[in-house]
Amino acid sequence: MIESWIGPQDTAALWLTLKLAAVSTLVLLLLGTPLAWWLARTRARIKLVVETLVALPLVLPPTVLGFYLLLLLGAQGPIQAMGGPAFAFTFTGLVIGSVFYSLPFVVQPLQNAFVSVGDATLEAAASLRAGPWDRFFTVVIPLSLRGFLTATTLGFAHTVGEFGVVLMIGGNIPGETQVVSIAIYDHVEAVDYGSAHVLSALLLGLSFLMLFALYAINGRFKLTTA
Amino acid sequence: MSIDLHFDLTRPEFHLDIESRIPARGVTALFGRSGCGKTTLLRCIAGLEPTARGRLIVEGETWQDHNSFVPAHKRPVGYVFQEGRLFAHLSVRGNLEYGYRRIPAEQQVVRPQEVIELLGLESLMDRRSSELSGGQRQRVAMGRALLTSPRVLLMDEPLAALDAISKAEILPYLERLHDELSIPVLFVSHAIDEVMRLADHMMLLEDGRLRAEGPLRELVTRSDLPLAQADEASALLEAQVLAHDDDDHVSILGMNGVRLTLLREDLAVGRKVRLSIHARDVSIALSPPRDISVLNCLPVTVTEIFDETRPGEILLGLEVAGQALLARITRRSLRALDLKPGMSVYALIKSVALVG
Repeated sequence: MIESWIGPQDTAALWLTLKLAAVSTLVLLLLGTPLAWWLARTRARIKLVVETLVALPLVLPPTVLGFYLLLLLGAQGPIQAMGGPAFAFTFTGLVIGSVFYSLPFVVQPLQNAFVSVGDATLEAAASLRAGPWDRFFTVVIPLSLRGFLTATTLGFAHTVGEFGVVLMIGGNIPGETQVVSIAIYDHVEAVDYGSAHVLSALLLGLSFLMLFALYAINGRFKLTTA
Repeated sequence: MSIDLHFDLTRPEFHLDIESRIPARGVTALFGRSGCGKTTLLRCIAGLEPTARGRLIVEGETWQDHNSFVPAHKRPVGYVFQEGRLFAHLSVRGNLEYGYRRIPAEQQVVRPQEVIELLGLESLMDRRSSELSGGQRQRVAMGRALLTSPRVLLMDEPLAALDAISKAEILPYLERLHDELSIPVLFVSHAIDEVMRLADHMMLLEDGRLRAEGPLRELVTRSDLPLAQADEASALLEAQVLAHDDDDHVSILGMNGVRLTLLREDLAVGRKVRLSIHARDVSIALSPPRDISVLNCLPVTVTEIFDETRPGEILLGLEVAGQALLARITRRSLRALDLKPGMSVYALIKSVALVG
């Protein structure tokens, strides 16, 4: 059915985009949760620097981020010089780029959620014999569900929508690193407006639905600590 | 058994330095003005102030000294926070079970059914904490703390956040805790009426230091402490219900052979009760007056004549049947009656309040 609307190369780009967004979101949640927890709890001075670094992708042109990642991960880059693989122009490279690019969209909602759980509730849990890990899993996470939902949706949606970082670090290899946003650009370059229309409409619809679902759910379930 | 404590905690503009040994039974009130360190002391005992240095030995077990610190979640205390702090993501049942499930089965001495009945929680079990009134929330917070079968129950102004109606609702439950469970309670309060009603023992705190400590009845009448000098100074007495007179609708109480009459209270004969008598409700006579409406005229001994509490007014320390009583009279009356310590006189008591 989809094949009658878009070509096999575009189908591959679509699946790659969804796979990239899913893997990146998973990695972001795994890395972002401890980072957000640390940011929410620490009083160390370095917190300010880390917060700024996390927020940088919000304002930085994606090409700048992509450029530095390309230098870091590409051939003759420091990672390869230390005996590591060259991640540039691979799916792994795309995931690394996406993780940096979408980091603030995952860390900030989580950090806000963790802060709003508050010391008071954690002290209550401690006085009821819950140790630190126990408190995190039985109090912090359940009280931060909205934050996790927001982080997951924004992380996923934002990764689906990226362009510059992917182009810099992944190139444009059909079936390997070509994502939908780049495929659209290619179609427009080739004056194939029909294909560009189909893919654009798909992304528009997908993004709308994800955000709509997020706002609908967040509005309905008031799971705050108040 | 006792709680032996010494804490030293420095914060900007506040220094707590308290050393004491308090009985690990009954109800001990931590009393003082706001900012005197009551809550901080309670938090130190619970292990919620890791920067506090010092020593804490509870019934022979060291919880903290110069080289060890048992973290909060390993201390067998129950803590009732001022604002309840229920878990918003759990029902009342979930809140009650949270601590209960985290202690070893052999330590589960306090049973859920017992607590649910004691605190009247049956009808609330499936509610969320956001659906509870302030008083209900505080009852759940108490139940949740009790269900960890604590060795000591710590309560931080459990009534402060409540309006008068919720307070009236909670107080009977607190009294039942006192009467029915053998768990020692330390509670913070800045309201003397609450303390009078609930406590047996008191720690009086002032600017991060321990001003005085001892049985409540002694502390409220001690001339060197601010309690007896306060405007609402009152004495706390213990009496036993002797009889009721239903014709006159009065109850007769006894204290070592001395009788007190007050308006009929619904109390079992033989029950021990706690009375509070305001210093300003006590007048002095050299001989028992006749033809007077005041019902209670007790033989007392003058023990102490305090300094003027305000110009022209004197506080007298009295003893009645081995218990301390306070009277506030004018300096003119003092001179007119020529009162001296050791004199036997009569105390006319205009009003007696039953506090528990």
